[in-house]
Amino acid sequence: MRSGQPFIRLDWLVDNADQLARRVGEQLYITVIAIVIGVIVSFGLALLVRRYPRLGGPILGIAGTLYAIPSIAAFVLLIPITHLTLWTAEIVLVSYTLVMLVRNMIAGFRAVPADVLEAADGMGYTNAQRLWRVELPIATPIIIAGVRIATVTTMGLVTIAALIGSGGLGYVIVNLGILRQFPTATISGVVLVVTISALLDWGLAILQRRLTPWSQARAG
Amino acid sequence: MKAQPAVPSAPTGATSTTGAVVALEHVTKRYGRGDAAPAVNDLSLTIGAGEICVLVGPSGCGKTTTMKMINRLIEPTSGRITIAGEDVGVLPRVELRRRIGYVIQQVGLFPHMTVADNVAIVPRLLRWPAARITSRVEELLELVGLDPAGYGGRYPSALSGGERQRVGVARALAADPPVMLMDEPFGAVDPIRRERLQNEFLRLQEKVRKTVIFVTHDVDEAIKMADRIAILQRGGVLAQYDTPDAILGSPASEFVERFVGADRGLKRLSLGRVRDLQLTQPVVVRPGDSRSDARRRMTEDATGFALLLDAADRPLGWIDERDLRGDGPIDPESAIPGAPTVQPETTLRDALSTMLLSSVQLGVVVDERERVLGVVSVDDLSEALRGGDGATPSARGGPQA
Repeated sequence: MRSGQPFIRLDWLVDNADQLARRVGEQLYITVIAIVIGVIVSFGLALLVRRYPRLGGPILGIAGTLYAIPSIAAFVLLIPITHLTLWTAEIVLVSYTLVMLVRNMIAGFRAVPADVLEAADGMGYTNAQRLWRVELPIATPIIIAGVRIATVTTMGLVTIAALIGSGGLGYVIVNLGILRQFPTATISGVVLVVTISALLDWGLAILQRRLTPWSQARAG
Repeated sequence: MKAQPAVPSAPTGATSTTGAVVALEHVTKRYGRGDAAPAVNDLSLTIGAGEICVLVGPSGCGKTTTMKMINRLIEPTSGRITIAGEDVGVLPRVELRRRIGYVIQQVGLFPHMTVADNVAIVPRLLRWPAARITSRVEELLELVGLDPAGYGGRYPSALSGGERQRVGVARALAADPPVMLMDEPFGAVDPIRRERLQNEFLRLQEKVRKTVIFVTHDVDEAIKMADRIAILQRGGVLAQYDTPDAILGSPASEFVERFVGADRGLKRLSLGRVRDLQLTQPVVVRPGDSRSDARRRMTEDATGFALLLDAADRPLGWIDERDLRGDGPIDPESAIPGAPTVQPETTLRDALSTMLLSSVQLGVVVDERERVLGVVSVDDLSEALRGGDGATPSARGGPQA
């Protein structure tokens, strides 16, 4: 820290508002792509487990192992294969979401009561109708709970991905702040990450309530 | 929001499809390899149109398997099942199931749908027009005694066990199927509510006249609900198929005799209904009535008790003659609370047990709105048993006038 400077330099924040906004945009872009791809891949895997319950153990095992790889190492190990592209970051980020998303999706499908499934079959739902109109709606609260955890976790990991040049708020925190010993950048970056995470989490909580009015009725 | 349909819904009796004959011909089900013992073995059974056939037997007798083969939740290994002469094996499975009502013990209401949406499930699968679905849902909720305005928008989690089961029955009847399958439908509710639900269902069946295949492990329930009982024994062998009266009167084998129990004589009480008895009218008082007036009316009554009613003619309790001494208004606090109530559909056996458990051994007969119809005593019951050639109190099964 250089002496004679205020801890937070508001003039820097004002001068760099454009850059900060752009970094927020990058951060969201990288996160949302990771979550969307993660949800699609996880849903596919969860459907596989729904069809073949025996695959549940192995799939969760693999997802857990991927999650155990230290993130910095994973980013660096992928560079020779995918080079310094967005995909390097996304491959790692998506792999990390799987453990949370697949686990909650499987748990969501398992939470559908057996009597509900039997009634659905007995009334003449086709397999696809049963999935989309019965199982998925009932699994929704647990699935969204998984998406919320995955989103917040991914927000944090995206800042580390700045080390391999994918931008985002990690660039502000590390490149502008830590490496240059400039606390204003570090702190503003962290505050933005935390704020955006909280907003996304809150938005998903509201989405869950809107999608599942029945799950609140239970309390009444 | 939605406009009412232009054509008012016709009364249930006019629109409803009555039952169709269901026939099982040499049906066998083996699980696993061919040499395994069959769960159901060469079962042939014809269930008359509009009858309630109860499948009963010990666990492992294949009663549920038999029922589930009718809507092909389980595929038979061999044999043929027909509904109104049509082989169920040739229809696409989902199409077949949409034509058969299905009620299960845990009800299986969809938690994410309102009561109205739950009832509308099969009509929606069949792509009925929206207006027809709306009016049908209202009609059905009324039929099972739930106010459509009050209940239609609720979620199942906000219902009591008995209410859920009624919604389950309404849902099964929604597309007006000729055949209903009921798998221990009242098994998960307490005995008092079960009795009510059984009575309600019997009243409903008088109106809709479906062919009902009803599975239970409870012999008393079988005797009460059935037009015909099929008793199955282990390995899915049919031990006897006959009316409850015939099964109790002449069990076909030692197995049947043991299964229906040593108290067959007492069980025959289950064949008679409270509605078969001559009801007596009790002395009726209301909170605030004059005691001296009530006392004067009591002189002609042999029971020594007056029945206290609320403003809607529902029973509040019995008042002992001795509490009517002196002047002034009747104090509702002096009533012996909990006058046990029975319904016209209650079996004499259940009525007897209800009466024996209460301090005033009189049963108050009430209609479906809890209004008092009359009173029966243990004496009335034994009188009825002595009359009418000592066996069953009266012919059963037919709708009362």
